[in-house]
Amino acid sequence: MNRPKKIKPWWGILPVAIFLAFWEAAARLNLMPGHLFLPPFSVVMQESYHLIASGVLIENFLSSLARVVIGFCSGAIAGLIIGGLMGWKEVLNKAFSPMISLLYPIPALGWLPLLMLWIGINEALPIAIIFICCFFPICYNTAAGIKSVDRNLIQAARTLGAADFRIMITIVLPLALPAVFTGLRLEAGMAWKVVIAAEMVAIPTGIGALLMRAESLIRVDIILVCLMVLSFMCFFFERFFLYLEDKLTGQWNQHAGY
Amino acid sequence: MPAIELRNIRNYACHGVNLEVFSGELMVLLGPNGAGKTTLLNIIAGLAGYDGSVLFDGAPVDGVSPQKRRVGYLFQDLALFPHFAVASNIAYSLKANRWSGEKIEARVGELLDLMRINHLVSRYPHQLSGGERQRVALARALSLSPAILLLDEPLSSLDLHTSKYLRIELKQLQQRLDITTLHVTHDLGEAEEMADRIAIIHEGRIEQVGRPQEVFFYPANEKVAAFIGAPNILQCDKTRALGHGLVEVTCGGLPIVVPYDGDSIRKIALFPRDIYVSLHKPPGPKVNRFKGVISRIKDLSESIRLVVHAGNNQLLAEMPRHTFESMGLVAGQEIFLILKLAKIKVCEGGLCEQGDSK
Repeated sequence: MNRPKKIKPWWGILPVAIFLAFWEAAARLNLMPGHLFLPPFSVVMQESYHLIASGVLIENFLSSLARVVIGFCSGAIAGLIIGGLMGWKEVLNKAFSPMISLLYPIPALGWLPLLMLWIGINEALPIAIIFICCFFPICYNTAAGIKSVDRNLIQAARTLGAADFRIMITIVLPLALPAVFTGLRLEAGMAWKVVIAAEMVAIPTGIGALLMRAESLIRVDIILVCLMVLSFMCFFFERFFLYLEDKLTGQWNQHAGY
Repeated sequence: MPAIELRNIRNYACHGVNLEVFSGELMVLLGPNGAGKTTLLNIIAGLAGYDGSVLFDGAPVDGVSPQKRRVGYLFQDLALFPHFAVASNIAYSLKANRWSGEKIEARVGELLDLMRINHLVSRYPHQLSGGERQRVALARALSLSPAILLLDEPLSSLDLHTSKYLRIELKQLQQRLDITTLHVTHDLGEAEEMADRIAIIHEGRIEQVGRPQEVFFYPANEKVAAFIGAPNILQCDKTRALGHGLVEVTCGGLPIVVPYDGDSIRKIALFPRDIYVSLHKPPGPKVNRFKGVISRIKDLSESIRLVVHAGNNQLLAEMPRHTFESMGLVAGQEIFLILKLAKIKVCEGGLCEQGDSK
């Protein structure tokens, strides 16, 4: 019998390795135009070691991380609560959805000038931006997830004697989880992208600020280290929520993608 | 006093429904799609709004929430909770009613035994077959020992074999538990086999209520007659006893074996859906198998009726549309008919009088 071949996970690593080898070779053999200032991969790795050892990278990373965590958590909690209420009570959905539909399309960074004037340039600014970035999509996904729960299941629970609150906790919220997680996962990555942009424009600390300082010093190696950190963190946050979703819904949700 | 009484029920789908279901009875609510069958069940369960009055054991329950009405309801799509294993699905109502852990465990065990699904206890709904899901949903509906059971087309989604098997089991279970049951279907065979009484519903009105034989042989009006379909009535002579409760009669030139204990038969009746059509000569004993020619084909959208000449008789045979299409039948074609022995009814005591007159 012809079985489908199992594809080994290291197949995904191979292109990365080839890419890094080319990079190293191109930089060492001076194949790139001089004005690109492309350092070899090994030099970038050395520089990242220096940045970690001197504490510069850690310090900036931690301030970005703190902003992301605080902004994301507060935005997510607010989004879950408001979205949950909107999904559950049609009255609230009718009341809030026009306002949310109007505010949702504004890109998070579009709020920056306004917030710089209102909040000033301090720690609250990037947190507020991330809050806005996370709140709307998570709110929207949560409301949609709750509304998509099969009405028949709710009716069945009612004939089985369950009160509304119990139905919400035991049936509606668990079944809305896949949609909720879609929102959380996407916004966890997005929060990193937004914080870097905010730091580049307005904040003197964090990975984004480090990027801008490296640019002014023409330190391509530092820029590349920062980009790698950003890429890794986005990946790690998304994976974390994928893992969490699988833990919570994997037994019954056949679409859980972990 | 009826266990369920509906008085002048009106809403978007029901237009003045009056109905009484007696204690321990299995009443089949029979009607075409869109007749208001499911809506009526929802009204009884308290899930749909209505004007009029619903009484359980003589007491009105109109203001009472679905949670407090305590009816067992088997939904058409079963509505099993996909994120709970079988045991938790069944235990849901018990937890909602704050039973203690030990009592829940004991009751779930009882229900698993009753439905013979012990081996499925830790499976999730998506891991079950259609018939297994059916049993789990029924166990869940029965968990609080309701006095009233509502079944919404419980067998329609199953394959023919499973459906026939579950039909018998469901009827036995209903009798054993002595539970007042309202069973919705559009399948005439299922209704005939299971019902103590049948209520025919059409466009939100009850058109007729009676025992299966009454409804099938004496349709109250044109609407019922059109839905049920009139039986074939054959004039017979020359009765010959074969023993074992069977006799052979000659009807329009065809020797037909009939389950009967008396000595003289003048007429027999057989519904179109109880005559099978075959393209080839069927193997096996030659009892009640006859050659015939299709003279006309009537399209009833979901099913097809064939007018077939066999002997000196004109017989109506009915088959599902997909069977008809796969056989590729045309008018004028020669075919074989198989008359279902057990379904042939002898006309006596006034049976068939109305069907005969047309």
